[in-house]
Parts: sequence; C-alpha cells; structure tokens
Amino acid sequence: MDDCITLTYQVEGGDLSHAGEASSGVKQALRKLGLDPSVIRRVSVCMYEGEINMVIHANGGTARVDVGLDDVTITLTDTGPGIPDIDKAMQAGFTTAADSVRDLGFGAGMGLPNMKKYSDEMTVESTVGVGTTVTMVVRIE
Amino acid sequence: MRHSVSLNLKKCRGCTTCIKSCPTEAIRVRSGKATILPNRCIDCGTCVQVCPHQAVQSVRSDFYMLKRFQYNIAVPDPALYAQFHHLDDINIVLNGLLSIGFDDVYESAAAAELLADCLDHRTGDGTLKPELSPACPAVIRLICIRFPDLLGHIAPVITPLELAAILARRRASEATGLSPDEIGVFTIVPCTSQLTAAAAPEGLKRQVVDGAFAIRDVYLALLDPMRQLDMDNLKPMAAGAAGVSWAFAGGEALSRRDKNYIAVDGINNVIRILEEIEDGRMPEADFIELRACTQGCLGGCLTVENPFTAKMRLKGLMANLSPVRPRTADREEVSDILDYTKKPEFLPTFQLDSNRRRAMEKMRAIQKLEEQLPGLRCGSCGAPSCRAFAEDVVMGRASEDDCIFKVRERMQHMAGRTDADEYLPAPFRRHQDDACGGLPPLLDDR
Repeated sequence: MDDCITLTYQVEGGDLSHAGEASSGVKQALRKLGLDPSVIRRVSVCMYEGEINMVIHANGGTARVDVGLDDVTITLTDTGPGIPDIDKAMQAGFTTAADSVRDLGFGAGMGLPNMKKYSDEMTVESTVGVGTTVTMVVRIE
Repeated sequence: MRHSVSLNLKKCRGCTTCIKSCPTEAIRVRSGKATILPNRCIDCGTCVQVCPHQAVQSVRSDFYMLKRFQYNIAVPDPALYAQFHHLDDINIVLNGLLSIGFDDVYESAAAAELLADCLDHRTGDGTLKPELSPACPAVIRLICIRFPDLLGHIAPVITPLELAAILARRRASEATGLSPDEIGVFTIVPCTSQLTAAAAPEGLKRQVVDGAFAIRDVYLALLDPMRQLDMDNLKPMAAGAAGVSWAFAGGEALSRRDKNYIAVDGINNVIRILEEIEDGRMPEADFIELRACTQGCLGGCLTVENPFTAKMRLKGLMANLSPVRPRTADREEVSDILDYTKKPEFLPTFQLDSNRRRAMEKMRAIQKLEEQLPGLRCGSCGAPSCRAFAEDVVMGRASEDDCIFKVRERMQHMAGRTDADEYLPAPFRRHQDDACGGLPPLLDDR
C-alpha cells in the first residue's frame, strides 16, 4: 500500500521487563502523524496487551503496525503453542498463565478481551503447535 | 510557549552533553552552539543541571522589582528552608525574609495544606483515576505535549505556590486597604519550571504572581540578615509539617487522603509511569504524585544543597512543627479558586504536518533516511539520535551533510574506494573483528 506507514518490532519471549517498548515506539510514531490522542491510546492498549501475550505465552513474536489514512492495523504473529479454544480464550478472566507469571500481576485473563474492547475489529487465527496471528483494526475517525 | 531556560552563547561550547539528556529532545547544536526548540522545551531544568560549562541559564526577577509596589509579599517554596546549615526553626527564615524587603510572608506550605484538604473533599468534578498531581509545572507541560489523553486525570491544575499567591494578595488587600495591584507578590522557587509558571501559569487564566526569585539567589541574600535577627522576638509564622513535606518526593502523596498512592520523582521515571498509564497498565493507585526532579523539589536546579542532605534537614525542621497548621482559609474559598482553573491544552508539537497525508509522506522519508544512518547516537550532527536527525533533515532543520558518516561516504567515493577509516576519529573506525565493518549499510557502494 502506497498510503501506508509500516512499523515492525521484534518482541522477545520471556522478557517482561522490556514489554511495552514496542507500544511506546508506536505511540511516538502515531503522535508524529497527528492522530487523535484517544486513537493513540486505544492502539497503545491493544499493542501492549498483545505484546504481553506474546511474551508470556508464545516465546515472543513479531508486531507489525500498518498506519493508513483511515485506520491502524496491528498484526501480531508468533510461532508459539497456539490457542486450542479461541472462544474460551476470549472470555474475561480465562487464563492459562503459570502461577509464576500471575504472581507478577500478569496473566489475569483480560488480554484478549481488552484487545477486543479497544479495537474496532479483531480476528484471531491459531493452529495448535504452529502459532497464532492476531489482527486488530482501530479506525481513525 | 514562554520559557525561563535560556542559553549563554558565550559560555556554550557546543559539547552536546545537553542534547542527550533532554527528556523531550528539545535541544540541537548548530554552528557550535546549543539552540532550544521552543515548542518542545518543558523547562524541566535538566540541561541547567548537566551543562558542564554553566551555559544554560534561567531568566528570573531582580530584587529591584520590589520598589514598584507599596507592599510586598514573599511566597517561599518549602525547599528554601532546607538549604541552610544548622537551622533549627523555620521562623528564622521567614523573619529573615521580612528583613530583606518583604512586608509579609505567605508560605507555599500553608497553601499546600489547604490544597490537599480541598482536593480530598472535592467530589464529582470528573477527574479520572488514577488522579495525577497538579504540583509540578514541568510534568504538566510534558503531559500537554506527550500524553494529551491523560489531561483528564489532572484537575484542577494549580500549584501550591499559585494558590498561596492568590490568597496572599487577597489577605493583604483586606488587611492594608491597598488595591490588589499595589501589592507585589513574589514566589521563591526551586526550579526553572516554577519560574516559567510564575510568568505563564499552566492552569490559570492569568498571571497571579508579579515575579519569581530563585532559591539560590534568596539564600545568599538571607545569610547575613538571618544572623542579625533578634531570636527571642521572632514572629511565629510557620506552617505545619504536612505542607513543608511537599518539598520532597512523597510529601504531597502523604498529605492526601488516598492511601493507595505512588510517588514518582525524576523526569525519566515520570515518563515511564505515564507511558504505563497510557497503555492501560493502571497501577492500583488512586493518586500519583509526579515530580520532574530527583527527590522532588529539593532536587530543583535552582537550589543550593544536594537533595539528600536537604531532605534530612527538612525532616529535622518538620519535627518541631505541628502536623498541620490550623486552617487560615475556609474550604469554600479555596474550592472557588480551584473552579476558576482552566484545562491545559494539548500542544501537538511532535506532529510532522497538520495534513495527515503529508505527515505520512514525511514519516516515510524519515524512515528511509534513518535506515541509512549508523544508529550510534554520536551527537556529531547536533541531534540527540539518528532518528531525531533524520526528522530534522526531513523537516528542514538540518542538512544530510551534517552527519559525519554521510560525509565519510562521500569522501570514500571521492578518494576512489580507498579506506575512509583514516578520515574518522578512533571511536568510529571499523572494528577489526567485524567483517562487515560494524558500520551502517550506507557504506555499501551504490
């Protein structure tokens, strides 16, 4: 797409201390493009929750953000264990995070529900043993 | 935007120390001298503190200004008290102010207590949780340019110094019969952001102080007069310990009712926590105190003593004070003043272009140029990072030839493929173990 800005970030697995850096980078870029602060905030929540998911569950992955004139599309791709039951994973409070992660305040089962709440469209494609791709669209107007 | 930070070009040697420490990337070195991008500067004073040549200065009032008014009131920030060695009574400082030309003193600490009390009892003004502290003007400016979506978490935007100034002028006008503009109200402040706020308050519709002095200047003016005071006949004026504690990090939070609070000091820590709130990582806190300076206002760039010693001294002084001074203004009067505050506005200073299509074109150009730069943050071009430099080039604030590596590329070309390492200073030469040169992709021949 000609009218598109693409930003890509590698998210390292198992490293919660750096989680949020991709989200921070995206925010800076969106501010420069002059997007409405409320749109930037929704994108940052989606990005951050997605980043954390990849860190905790999938040993990392790639975050790609395409900023178009009408919307921001976030694509999170990992080669992790996959989600056996997507409907269940979408339920608020459902979690498979280890206790060690939950003790840190993560893995409360709100990741995917929050991503759905803050985006205008969300699709989750997952194959057990292969990986997961989450696509979120946040409309600008 | 008004500023109190300015550069002394005679002292500036263009060393690039300041450009890398500036939290908003507001400084560039051009033609051997630092320059400030005015829309990005939040007057936090970091550059004042790090400049090895004392070239960054603050614009502040002169004592002769007191002559313009019939009656002058000093409004000292409590950080002032912590500057003095062997001081055991805050009243000595306050009486000292009366002997250097002020007719009265209204402590910022007293206003801080009123402000905390009033904010704790306000309900339904729509402030979002977690509530953010209104007390540090540098933080407010940071939020205006970088975290506009969090503006709804601060209300009202007024500092204890500003509240003290408003109340002091009213009290003095009632007591003396003078009109408010015959009364001079001067704040004594720890940092450049408070100097700026004195001239251009972030949350008030108009200026409420007539001038602002730096703590370090007042400190010098007070040293002798304080020694000459009649210690047995000091006028008691000191506020309570709660108000005084606002000078150090955590003091404001302690004096508020919310027990689930966090207190964050240091501008980079403040940025980190604001990023977290923006990402929806709401800490469980109901209230967040934010101070740009390390250790709070005691770490301000216009103080004399290091903030750690200052904190110890202030705690010693607080031990002699009652926890909170009896109220001198009722809650309703303060609440009316708070209702008068305005919401600071979002300043889109980072926006590349007001037209989004053009902004996107510029960003593509920036991305393309950045890919060709080494990512070293060497500062030779005068920008704090390669990304900032790429943006400067695309925005017309710099030329591609300002990059030493771009020049090297050209020299290599002109010299006919001989090794250009000899043109570069040692830190930038190729590492011998590094097959690809360890240098940027810009070196491949095109």
